[in-house]
Amino acid sequence: MQTAVIVFPASNCDRDAAMALEKVTGRAPKLIWHRDSEIPADVDFVCVPGGFSYGDYLRSGAMAARSPIVSDLVKKANNGLPVAGFCNGFQILTETGLLPGALMRNKNLKFVCRPERLVVSNVNTRYTSYYEPKSVVTYPVAHHDGSYFADDATLNKLEKDGRIVFRYADNPNGSMRDIAGIINEAGNVFGMMPHPERAVDDLHGGTDGLGLFKSIIESI
Amino acid sequence: MKALVYIGLKPGVLDPQGRAIARSLNDLGFDEVKNAFQGKIIELELSSEDKTEAKAQVEQMCEKLLANTVIESYRIELRD
Repeated sequence: MQTAVIVFPASNCDRDAAMALEKVTGRAPKLIWHRDSEIPADVDFVCVPGGFSYGDYLRSGAMAARSPIVSDLVKKANNGLPVAGFCNGFQILTETGLLPGALMRNKNLKFVCRPERLVVSNVNTRYTSYYEPKSVVTYPVAHHDGSYFADDATLNKLEKDGRIVFRYADNPNGSMRDIAGIINEAGNVFGMMPHPERAVDDLHGGTDGLGLFKSIIESI
Repeated sequence: MKALVYIGLKPGVLDPQGRAIARSLNDLGFDEVKNAFQGKIIELELSSEDKTEAKAQVEQMCEKLLANTVIESYRIELRD
Protein backbone atom coordinates (compact mmCIF):
# COMPACT_ATOMS: atom_id res chain seq x y z
CA MET A 1 0.00 0.00 0.00
CA GLN A 2 1.72 3.16 -1.19
CA THR A 3 -0.02 6.50 -0.80
CA ALA A 4 1.07 9.92 -2.03
CA VAL A 5 0.43 13.58 -1.26
CA ILE A 6 0.97 16.29 -3.87
CA VAL A 7 2.76 19.38 -2.62
CA PHE A 8 2.13 22.75 -4.27
CA PRO A 9 3.69 26.08 -3.38
CA ALA A 10 1.57 27.24 -0.39
CA SER A 11 0.01 23.88 0.37
CA ASN A 12 -0.34 23.90 4.15
CA CYS A 13 -2.14 20.65 4.98
CA ASP A 14 0.28 18.39 3.12
CA ARG A 15 1.99 17.31 6.34
CA ASP A 16 -1.31 16.79 8.15
CA ALA A 17 -2.45 14.57 5.28
CA ALA A 18 0.88 12.70 5.28
CA MET A 19 0.64 12.16 9.03
CA ALA A 20 -2.94 10.84 8.75
CA LEU A 21 -2.01 8.46 5.92
CA GLU A 22 1.06 7.18 7.76
CA LYS A 23 -1.08 6.60 10.83
CA VAL A 24 -3.52 4.32 9.02
CA THR A 25 -1.13 2.63 6.56
CA GLY A 26 1.96 2.39 8.76
CA ARG A 27 3.99 3.68 5.83
CA ALA A 28 5.02 7.22 4.98
CA PRO A 29 3.34 8.56 1.84
CA LYS A 30 5.41 9.83 -1.07
CA LEU A 31 5.43 13.61 -1.23
CA ILE A 32 5.21 14.62 -4.87
CA TRP A 33 6.35 18.11 -5.84
CA HIS A 34 4.04 19.96 -8.22
CA ARG A 35 6.81 20.34 -10.82
CA ASP A 36 7.21 16.58 -11.16
CA SER A 37 5.59 15.31 -14.28
CA GLU A 38 4.38 11.87 -13.21
CA ILE A 39 2.66 10.11 -10.33
CA PRO A 40 4.92 7.09 -9.68
CA ALA A 41 3.43 3.83 -10.95
CA ASP A 42 3.43 2.13 -7.53
CA VAL A 43 1.11 4.73 -5.96
CA ASP A 44 -2.32 3.33 -4.98
CA PHE A 45 -3.95 6.48 -3.64
CA VAL A 46 -3.30 10.21 -4.06
CA CYS A 47 -4.31 12.99 -1.69
CA VAL A 48 -4.57 16.56 -2.99
CA PRO A 49 -4.06 18.56 0.20
CA GLY A 50 -5.49 21.79 1.56
CA GLY A 51 -3.79 25.14 1.58
CA PHE A 52 -3.62 28.15 -0.70
CA SER A 53 -1.82 26.75 -3.72
CA TYR A 54 -0.26 29.51 -5.86
CA GLY A 55 -1.66 32.07 -3.41
CA ASP A 56 -5.21 31.43 -4.66
CA TYR A 57 -4.28 33.64 -7.65
CA LEU A 58 -6.96 33.99 -10.35
CA ARG A 59 -9.32 31.54 -8.57
CA SER A 60 -8.74 29.09 -5.72
CA GLY A 61 -7.16 26.00 -7.26
CA ALA A 62 -7.04 27.37 -10.82
CA MET A 63 -3.27 27.38 -11.24
CA ALA A 64 -2.67 24.08 -9.46
CA ALA A 65 -5.26 22.40 -11.69
CA ARG A 66 -3.05 23.27 -14.71
CA SER A 67 0.27 22.21 -13.18
CA PRO A 68 2.25 19.38 -14.84
CA ILE A 69 1.66 16.86 -12.05
CA VAL A 70 -2.09 17.45 -12.05
CA SER A 71 -2.44 16.73 -15.77
CA ASP A 72 -0.92 13.31 -15.08
CA LEU A 73 -3.19 12.95 -12.04
CA VAL A 74 -6.27 13.63 -14.22
CA LYS A 75 -5.15 11.00 -16.70
CA LYS A 76 -4.62 8.40 -13.97
CA ALA A 77 -7.84 9.32 -12.14
CA ASN A 78 -9.74 8.79 -15.39
CA ASN A 79 -8.18 5.32 -15.46
CA GLY A 80 -9.49 4.55 -11.97
CA LEU A 81 -6.75 5.74 -9.56
CA PRO A 82 -8.39 6.72 -6.23
CA VAL A 83 -7.90 10.45 -5.56
CA ALA A 84 -9.23 12.59 -2.70
CA GLY A 85 -8.97 16.36 -2.32
CA PHE A 86 -9.60 18.21 0.91
CA CYS A 87 -10.32 21.96 1.06
CA ASN A 88 -8.01 23.50 -1.57
CA GLY A 89 -7.66 19.96 -2.92
CA PHE A 90 -11.42 19.90 -3.54
CA GLN A 91 -11.20 23.29 -5.27
CA ILE A 92 -8.40 21.94 -7.46
CA LEU A 93 -10.38 18.81 -8.39
CA THR A 94 -13.40 20.88 -9.44
CA GLU A 95 -11.10 23.16 -11.48
CA THR A 96 -9.78 20.12 -13.37
CA GLY A 97 -13.32 18.97 -14.11
CA LEU A 98 -12.77 15.63 -12.33
CA LEU A 99 -15.56 16.74 -10.00
CA PRO A 100 -18.52 18.87 -11.12
CA GLY A 101 -19.41 22.35 -9.87
CA ALA A 102 -17.27 25.11 -8.35
CA LEU A 103 -16.35 26.50 -4.94
CA MET A 104 -17.19 30.16 -4.54
CA ARG A 105 -16.68 32.91 -1.95
CA ASN A 106 -18.54 32.09 1.29
CA LYS A 107 -22.01 33.58 1.30
CA ASN A 108 -21.37 35.72 4.40
CA LEU A 109 -17.92 36.73 3.00
CA LYS A 110 -16.26 35.51 6.18
CA PHE A 111 -13.38 33.08 6.48
CA VAL A 112 -14.83 30.23 8.56
CA CYS A 113 -12.47 28.31 10.81
CA ARG A 114 -14.09 25.98 13.33
CA PRO A 115 -15.18 22.39 13.96
CA GLU A 116 -18.22 21.63 11.84
CA ARG A 117 -20.77 18.83 12.18
CA LEU A 118 -21.36 16.82 9.02
CA VAL A 119 -23.88 14.16 8.12
CA VAL A 120 -22.44 11.19 6.23
CA SER A 121 -25.16 10.96 3.61
CA ASN A 122 -23.79 8.01 1.67
CA VAL A 123 -21.81 5.23 3.38
CA ASN A 124 -21.68 3.06 0.28
CA THR A 125 -18.52 4.69 -1.10
CA ARG A 126 -14.90 3.69 -0.79
CA TYR A 127 -14.38 6.85 1.29
CA THR A 128 -17.11 6.32 3.87
CA SER A 129 -17.62 2.56 4.32
CA TYR A 130 -16.39 2.75 7.92
CA TYR A 131 -19.21 5.03 8.99
CA GLU A 132 -22.73 4.07 10.07
CA PRO A 133 -25.50 5.35 7.78
CA LYS A 134 -26.53 8.96 8.60
CA SER A 135 -23.86 9.26 11.27
CA VAL A 136 -22.79 12.74 12.29
CA VAL A 137 -19.07 13.46 12.40
CA THR A 138 -17.10 16.55 13.33
CA TYR A 139 -14.27 17.73 11.07
CA PRO A 140 -12.65 21.16 11.17
CA VAL A 141 -13.32 23.61 8.34
CA ALA A 142 -11.02 26.51 7.42
CA HIS A 143 -11.87 28.28 4.18
CA HIS A 144 -12.97 31.47 2.47
CA ASP A 145 -14.09 29.95 -0.82
CA GLY A 146 -16.18 26.99 0.23
CA SER A 147 -19.65 27.75 -1.09
CA TYR A 148 -20.46 24.86 -3.39
CA PHE A 149 -22.20 25.86 -6.62
CA ALA A 150 -23.55 23.79 -9.50
CA ASP A 151 -26.52 24.20 -11.81
CA ASP A 152 -29.83 22.52 -10.94
CA ALA A 153 -29.40 19.68 -13.42
CA THR A 154 -26.01 18.78 -11.91
CA LEU A 155 -27.32 19.04 -8.35
CA ASN A 156 -30.31 16.83 -9.15
CA LYS A 157 -28.06 14.26 -10.76
CA LEU A 158 -25.65 14.27 -7.79
CA GLU A 159 -28.58 13.81 -5.45
CA LYS A 160 -30.23 11.07 -7.48
CA ASP A 161 -27.01 9.08 -7.82
CA GLY A 162 -26.10 9.33 -4.12
CA ARG A 163 -22.98 11.31 -4.97
CA ILE A 164 -23.47 13.88 -2.22
CA VAL A 165 -21.38 12.07 0.38
CA PHE A 166 -21.23 14.65 3.20
CA ARG A 167 -23.65 17.44 4.06
CA TYR A 168 -23.24 20.23 6.61
CA ALA A 169 -25.52 19.95 9.63
CA ASP A 170 -25.32 23.77 9.97
CA ASN A 171 -24.32 25.14 6.57
CA PRO A 172 -21.42 27.56 7.31
CA ASN A 173 -20.82 28.95 3.81
CA GLY A 174 -23.97 28.97 1.69
CA SER A 175 -23.20 25.73 -0.18
CA MET A 176 -26.09 24.60 -2.32
CA ARG A 177 -28.08 21.75 -0.78
CA ASP A 178 -25.70 21.83 2.21
CA ILE A 179 -23.05 20.02 0.16
CA ALA A 180 -19.76 19.46 2.00
CA GLY A 181 -18.35 16.60 -0.11
CA ILE A 182 -19.06 14.81 -3.38
CA ILE A 183 -17.79 11.88 -5.39
CA ASN A 184 -17.42 11.38 -9.14
CA GLU A 185 -19.58 9.04 -11.18
CA ALA A 186 -17.01 6.22 -11.18
CA GLY A 187 -16.63 6.46 -7.39
CA ASN A 188 -12.85 6.88 -7.32
CA VAL A 189 -12.50 10.69 -7.08
CA PHE A 190 -13.74 12.42 -3.94
CA GLY A 191 -13.56 16.00 -2.69
CA MET A 192 -14.69 17.85 0.40
CA MET A 193 -14.12 21.29 1.97
CA PRO A 194 -13.76 20.11 5.60
CA HIS A 195 -10.51 18.58 6.87
CA PRO A 196 -10.69 14.90 7.90
CA GLU A 197 -6.87 14.89 8.12
CA ARG A 198 -7.08 17.36 10.99
CA ALA A 199 -9.32 15.02 13.01
CA VAL A 200 -7.21 11.89 13.39
CA ASP A 201 -5.59 12.33 16.80
CA ASP A 202 -6.87 13.06 20.31
CA LEU A 203 -4.62 16.12 20.31
CA HIS A 204 -6.64 17.42 17.34
CA GLY A 205 -9.68 17.44 19.59
CA GLY A 206 -11.28 14.45 17.91
CA THR A 207 -10.65 11.43 15.73
CA ASP A 208 -13.76 11.37 13.54
CA GLY A 209 -11.61 11.68 10.41
CA LEU A 210 -9.94 8.30 10.94
CA GLY A 211 -12.98 6.47 9.56
CA LEU A 212 -12.50 8.16 6.20
CA PHE A 213 -8.84 7.19 5.91
CA LYS A 214 -9.55 3.63 7.08
CA SER A 215 -12.30 3.36 4.47
CA ILE A 216 -9.91 4.42 1.70
CA ILE A 217 -7.19 2.02 2.76
CA GLU A 218 -9.59 -0.87 3.10
CA SER A 219 -10.93 -0.25 -0.41
CA ILE A 220 -7.52 -0.62 -2.03
CA MET B 1 -1.73 44.25 -29.69
CA LYS B 2 -3.54 44.30 -26.35
CA ALA B 3 -6.43 42.13 -25.27
CA LEU B 4 -8.70 43.07 -22.39
CA VAL B 5 -10.56 40.12 -20.94
CA TYR B 6 -13.58 40.96 -18.79
CA ILE B 7 -14.62 38.09 -16.54
CA GLY B 8 -17.76 38.12 -14.43
CA LEU B 9 -20.11 35.72 -12.70
CA LYS B 10 -22.90 34.36 -14.89
CA PRO B 11 -26.37 35.73 -14.24
CA GLY B 12 -28.06 33.85 -11.41
CA VAL B 13 -24.80 32.93 -9.65
CA LEU B 14 -24.77 34.39 -6.14
CA ASP B 15 -22.31 37.31 -5.92
CA PRO B 16 -21.95 38.12 -2.20
CA GLN B 17 -19.09 40.57 -2.86
CA GLY B 18 -21.21 42.52 -5.33
CA ARG B 19 -24.02 42.60 -2.82
CA ALA B 20 -21.74 43.92 -0.09
CA ILE B 21 -20.49 46.65 -2.45
CA ALA B 22 -24.04 47.73 -3.29
CA ARG B 23 -24.97 47.84 0.38
CA SER B 24 -21.91 49.94 1.24
CA LEU B 25 -22.70 52.39 -1.57
CA ASN B 26 -26.27 52.65 -0.27
CA ASP B 27 -24.88 53.35 3.21
CA LEU B 28 -22.82 56.20 1.73
CA GLY B 29 -26.02 57.76 0.42
CA PHE B 30 -25.91 56.47 -3.16
CA ASP B 31 -29.51 55.33 -3.05
CA GLU B 32 -29.66 54.93 -6.83
CA VAL B 33 -27.47 51.79 -6.67
CA LYS B 34 -29.79 48.81 -6.98
CA ASN B 35 -27.22 46.09 -7.59
CA ALA B 36 -23.47 45.68 -8.01
CA PHE B 37 -21.60 42.85 -9.65
CA GLN B 38 -17.91 42.27 -9.16
CA GLY B 39 -15.70 40.81 -11.86
CA LYS B 40 -12.13 41.16 -13.01
CA ILE B 41 -10.19 42.47 -15.99
CA ILE B 42 -7.10 40.73 -17.29
CA GLU B 43 -4.90 42.70 -19.68
CA LEU B 44 -2.77 40.69 -22.08
CA GLU B 45 0.01 42.02 -24.27
CA LEU B 46 0.18 39.88 -27.39
CA SER B 47 2.74 39.53 -30.14
CA SER B 48 -0.01 38.65 -32.63
CA GLU B 49 -0.58 40.85 -35.69
CA ASP B 50 -3.86 39.40 -36.86
CA LYS B 51 -6.99 40.34 -34.91
CA THR B 52 -9.11 37.31 -35.82
CA GLU B 53 -6.32 34.99 -34.90
CA ALA B 54 -5.65 36.84 -31.65
CA LYS B 55 -9.29 36.68 -30.67
CA ALA B 56 -9.41 32.94 -31.28
CA GLN B 57 -6.27 32.47 -29.18
CA VAL B 58 -7.59 34.56 -26.30
CA GLU B 59 -10.86 32.63 -26.40
CA GLN B 60 -8.87 29.44 -25.92
CA MET B 61 -7.02 31.02 -23.01
CA CYS B 62 -10.35 31.90 -21.40
CA GLU B 63 -11.68 28.38 -21.82
CA LYS B 64 -8.49 26.74 -20.59
CA LEU B 65 -7.52 28.96 -17.67
CA LEU B 66 -8.74 32.53 -17.37
CA ALA B 67 -12.43 31.82 -16.74
CA ASN B 68 -14.18 28.99 -14.94
CA THR B 69 -17.11 28.58 -17.29
CA VAL B 70 -19.12 26.69 -14.66
CA ILE B 71 -19.69 30.01 -12.91
CA GLU B 72 -18.15 32.74 -15.07
CA SER B 73 -18.65 34.29 -18.48
CA TYR B 74 -16.13 36.43 -20.34
CA ARG B 75 -15.89 39.14 -22.97
CA ILE B 76 -12.80 39.96 -25.04
CA GLU B 77 -11.83 43.39 -26.32
CA LEU B 78 -8.85 43.87 -28.63
CA ARG B 79 -6.88 47.11 -28.88
CA ASP B 80 -4.01 48.12 -31.12
